[in-house]
Amino acid sequence: MINNGNKVFIVDGSRTPQLKAKGKPGPFAASDLAVAAARALLIRNDVPLDKIDEVILGCMMPSEREANISRVAALRLGIPQTVPAWTVQRNCASGMQSIDSACHNIASGQANLILAGGVEAMSRAPVLYNRHMVNWLGDLMRARSLSQRLKVFSQFRPGHLKPVIALLFGLTDDVVGLNMGETAENITTRFGITREQMDSFSATSHHRLINAMENGYLDEIEVLYDASGKYYDHDDGVRADSSVEKLAKLRPAFDKKYGNVTAGNSAQITDGATWLILASEQAVNDYDLPVLAEIKDTQWAGLDPAVMGMGPVHAMTPIMQRNQFAIDDVDYWEINEAFATQVLGNIAAWKEEEYCQTNLGLDKPMGEIPHDRLNVDGGGVSLGHPVGASGARIVLHLANVLKRTETKRGIASLCIGGGQGGAMLIENVNA
Amino acid sequence: MSDYKNWKLERDEHGIAWLHLDKADSKVNLLAGEVLDELSELLDELRKDLPQAIIIDSAKKDSFVFGADIQEFTTLDTPEKSQAFLDRGHRVMNKLDAMPCKTLSMVHGMCLGGGTELSLACDYIVASDDNKTRIGLPEIKLGIHPGYGGTARSIRRMGPMAAMGIMLTGRALPARSAKRSGLIDECVPLRQLKTAAIATVLSGRMPHRAKGFKKLAGNALFRPLIASQMRKQVSKKARVEHYPAPYALIDLWQKYAGNDVRMLKEEAISVARLATSDTARNLVKVFFLQEELKRQGKQISYKPEHIHVIGGGIMGGDIASWCAIQGYTVTVQDQDPERLAQTYKRAQASFKKKYKRDRRAIRHAGDRLMPDHKGQGVARADIIIEAIFEDLEVKQTLYKEIEPRMKAGAILATNTSSIMLEDLAPCLAKPERLVGLHFFNPVAMMPLVEVIRGESTDDTVMQQALAFTQSIGKLPLPTRSSPGFLVNRILMPYLLEAVVMVSEGIQPELIDKAAVEFGMPMGPIELADTVGLDVCRSVAQILSKALGTDLPDNLDQLVSSGNLGKKSGAGFYPYKNGKVVKRKVANRQGIDEIQHRMIMRLLNETMACYREGIVASDDLIDAGVIFGTGFAPFRGGPINYVRDTGVDVLKQVQDSLYATYGERYKPDEGWSKI
Repeated sequence: MINNGNKVFIVDGSRTPQLKAKGKPGPFAASDLAVAAARALLIRNDVPLDKIDEVILGCMMPSEREANISRVAALRLGIPQTVPAWTVQRNCASGMQSIDSACHNIASGQANLILAGGVEAMSRAPVLYNRHMVNWLGDLMRARSLSQRLKVFSQFRPGHLKPVIALLFGLTDDVVGLNMGETAENITTRFGITREQMDSFSATSHHRLINAMENGYLDEIEVLYDASGKYYDHDDGVRADSSVEKLAKLRPAFDKKYGNVTAGNSAQITDGATWLILASEQAVNDYDLPVLAEIKDTQWAGLDPAVMGMGPVHAMTPIMQRNQFAIDDVDYWEINEAFATQVLGNIAAWKEEEYCQTNLGLDKPMGEIPHDRLNVDGGGVSLGHPVGASGARIVLHLANVLKRTETKRGIASLCIGGGQGGAMLIENVNA
Repeated sequence: MSDYKNWKLERDEHGIAWLHLDKADSKVNLLAGEVLDELSELLDELRKDLPQAIIIDSAKKDSFVFGADIQEFTTLDTPEKSQAFLDRGHRVMNKLDAMPCKTLSMVHGMCLGGGTELSLACDYIVASDDNKTRIGLPEIKLGIHPGYGGTARSIRRMGPMAAMGIMLTGRALPARSAKRSGLIDECVPLRQLKTAAIATVLSGRMPHRAKGFKKLAGNALFRPLIASQMRKQVSKKARVEHYPAPYALIDLWQKYAGNDVRMLKEEAISVARLATSDTARNLVKVFFLQEELKRQGKQISYKPEHIHVIGGGIMGGDIASWCAIQGYTVTVQDQDPERLAQTYKRAQASFKKKYKRDRRAIRHAGDRLMPDHKGQGVARADIIIEAIFEDLEVKQTLYKEIEPRMKAGAILATNTSSIMLEDLAPCLAKPERLVGLHFFNPVAMMPLVEVIRGESTDDTVMQQALAFTQSIGKLPLPTRSSPGFLVNRILMPYLLEAVVMVSEGIQPELIDKAAVEFGMPMGPIELADTVGLDVCRSVAQILSKALGTDLPDNLDQLVSSGNLGKKSGAGFYPYKNGKVVKRKVANRQGIDEIQHRMIMRLLNETMACYREGIVASDDLIDAGVIFGTGFAPFRGGPINYVRDTGVDVLKQVQDSLYATYGERYKPDEGWSKI
C-alpha cells in the first residue's frame, strides 16, 4: 500500500532507556514505562491534549491490571477522558502496528493528531498456575462440607505447583512448536551462517551503541526514576567490552549441543517504551508543530513460521518494488536484531538469486545492504528487544538518524514471531 | 404550609417528609440561629400532620453542614447571652430527638460541629463513603466543646471512649471510620445513599446505642480513673490555663455521664462559660484570620495548569510534591539526575504518607510529578517556582536563561528568603512577572506562604500568586519585599535572644519551658535545633546585616564544629535516635524574666513591622505570626496580645529591659503608634 491519502508526519518521539531483565520483575510496570516516556514528549511539544484524536499503543503481554494498556496509559498521562485509546498486538511488531494504524486513520482523514507507540515489560511477564492447579482450586471452591474439603485436599499433588512461565510460551510458536531461537537456527543452517559471523555482528552492535552513547546520539531517551531513589538513564544491557572472543565462549541456548545461537548473539529480554506523535499536515499547521519525518509507505508480509526471522525481506521487497528503489536509493536501514543470524540471513537472502526468485518474486537479487548503513547505533542484541516496543523504537531512531546525517530516506523493518514481517519507509522532509 | 427561607419540605410517596437544608444566600450550610428557628417551626408543623418518617439532607453540592455560624459567636459577649443562645439550640435539638416518628440524617460531604449534633439528634445517620464526607465535632479547636447536645448524644451512640476521643481531638472522621466507631449507622456509595436512607428510616429497627464493653467505661465506678487518664493525655498537648475546654469536657463527662438530661443541661452551662473566655474569643479570632487569609487568594479567578519548580533540593522537591498532591501537573528541574532521583524518592514517600495504602492515589500523584533534568517544563509552565540555593548571581544567570523560553503570561516566583526581589528583578526583560513565594519548612506541615510583592511586581501577578497559593491549600500572606519579610524577621530576634541566654549559662530546658508556658508550640532552642543551626545562622546573618541585630558567638561555634541540631545528632541538645534528650528543670528561678526577654524582642520587632507596614493590617500581622510560627493561638497573635495585655504595661516591661540589656531592647517607635 503506498500512501494515497493525507500525508502523515512524525512530529517527535521519545523512549525510555531499555532495561535488561535481571531474572526477576523489573522496577517498572509496562504502563509506568509508557507514562514516563510520553510525559516529557507531551510537555516539550506544546500539543493541546484535548486535540489528540486517539492514543494507540502496541503491547504483546500487558499485566493483569493493564487491560487495554493504551487507555490506562492515556488516562494516567492526563489525556482527557474524551480521547479514545486502543491497544494493538502483532507480536514483535506491535509497536510498528500502532504507527501503521495511526497512519491509516490520518491518511483517511479520520484523525489529525495521534499518540502512537509500543511498550513491553518483559521482566514482568506473569508466572501462572498450571491447569491442574486451577482445576484443583476450582474443586476446592465448590467443596462445601468438611468431608468434601478433605477429599479435595487429598487430591493435591506436588506437580500442581509447577508454574507456567508465560514469557517462555510467548516466545514459542505453538503452531509449529518451535521456540524463536530454534527458528533462528533454521536460518543459520539455510544460509550457512557461521558462529563467528554472528558473534562479530553482535560485538559490532555493542560497539555501535557505545559510540552512539558517547556522541549523544540517543537524545530520544527520557530518564526513568523509581520510588527508591534510583534513576535509569541508558540502555543497560550494553557491554563496552564485548568481543568476538568473549562471545565465542557462550554455549548455544537452544540447540544445546550443535547450535550456534547463544544468549550473546540474540536480542536481550528487556523492558522499555517508545512513543511518537503523528500528525496530519493540517495538525502541523494548526498547532505549529515541528516535523521530524514523513511516513511514506508500510508493508506487512506472511511467511513460514519456522523461518519467521526472514520477515524483513518479505516485507521490504514490495516497498522497494512499489517505489522502484534500488538499495542505494535508501540512505539508512534499521532491521530489528531479534537474532544476529536472522539479520545476517536477511542480508544474505537479498543477495541470493534463488531465494529472491523463489520466495520474493524478484527476477534477480536485490543486492547487498551495506553494513555501515544498517543499525548504525546498535540494535536488539545490544540494547534489547522489548517486543511490543521495538517496532516503534526503530522507526523513531531511524528518523533521528536521517535528521542527524541530513539524509533523506530510510526503511525500518522487523521479523515477527508466527511468521510475518513488517516494514516502514520514512523520509526526512528537511533534507 | 408556611414558607421557609432556609429549608425546603417535601413529602414523598413513602410518606417520608424530606427536610432539605439550603441556607439562603450562602454557598454552604451553617446552623445559624435563623436556620434553627425555622427547623423548630417545621417540626411543629410536621407534628400536626405526622409523616411516616423524617429525613434531613443538604441541598448544597457535596457538603452537608459546616457547623454553627461562627460569626454569631462574636456577638456573645456575656455568659447570659451565650446561655440564651445555647438554650435555643438545645430546645430545637431536643424537639428533633423527641419526634414521635423516626428521623434520619443523610450525610454527604462535610458534616461538622452543629451539623453532627443535628445528626446525632436523629434516630439514624446514613452517610456516603465519598472522599468528601467527613463527620466530626471540632468545637475544641475554637476553645469550646459541643454545645447543642453533641456531648451526651455522641456518648450515647458511640460509648464514652470513642466519643470523647473525637471531641477531645476535634478530628473529623471519614465515613468508613465513622461507621466502624458507631457514629453512623450506614456507610454506602453515593449512588445508594438515598435508597439506604429510605430503607433505614423505614426499617423500624431501634436506634443505635453503645452497648456492652463500649458502654462500660461510662460506669460511675471507672469514670474517675478514666477521666484522670484523659486529663493526663490532654496535658501533653494543651495546658489547662491556655486551653480550658478539653478539661471542662472531661469534667462534664466525669460528673454527669449516665444522666443524659442533666448532662445536656450542664453541657450548655459549660459551653456558655467557655465561649466568653479569652481563649475562645481569641481562637474564634484566629478562625476569622484564617478566613481573611483565604480571602486574599479569592480576589481573582486564576487557573494555572502546569507548575515548574527549579531546584530539586528539600524545599524545591517538597514544593513540587505538594503541588502534585494538590492536583497540578508539575515538572521539577535539576541539572543533576542523581539529586532528582532523591527528590522523586522523597516525593513518593510523601505521597505514601498522604494516601496511606491507596495505591491509585499514590500513582496518580507520581504521574503528575515529572523529574525534568533537561528543563523541558519551562516553556509549558504557567508558574515557575525557583528554589535553588541562595546566590544572587546564580539566580540571575538562571533567570536570564529561562526567561526567553517562558510562555506569555507565565509567572516567575522565587522562594528566596534572603535575596531582595529588587536585586533579582533588573536582570529580567519583564521584571513585572517576578513575585516571591516564600514557603516554610516542612512544606507539607506549614500552612502559611508569604507572597512577596517586589517594587516592580505587577498587580495582576501578585493577585495570581495569591490565588495560586490559596489553590494549593496554603494560606497566602501578601507581604512587602523587605529583609526577612514578616515571619523570619519577627521570629529571629526572639530565637537569638534565647541563644544568647544559653551563652549566659541559662539551662536551655528552662528557656524552652518559659516559651512553652507562654504558649509557643515548641521552645526556641529546640526549634533552632529542629530547623538546623546552619539555616538559623544564615537567616540571622542576613537580618543582622539589614537590621543590625547581633549574631551570638555560641551559634557560630556550634555550626563550625558541625553540630547543626537534630539532623546532625547534636546541637544545643543531644539527640538519641532522632529524639531530643532533655534534662529535668530543677529550678524555675528567673523564668518570668526569661520569658519577658524572649517575648519582648518578638513584640518589639512586631511593632517595627507594624510601623513599616510590612503587611497591610494588624490582623495580617497576627495571622502571619500565628500561622508562620505557631505563636500561641489562644493569645490571638502578637498585636492582639499587646492590646489585651495593655500597651502601657508591656511598654514598661520593654523600657526596663532596655535599661538593663541595652540597645537590642530599644523600644521601637511603633509602640507609640499602636
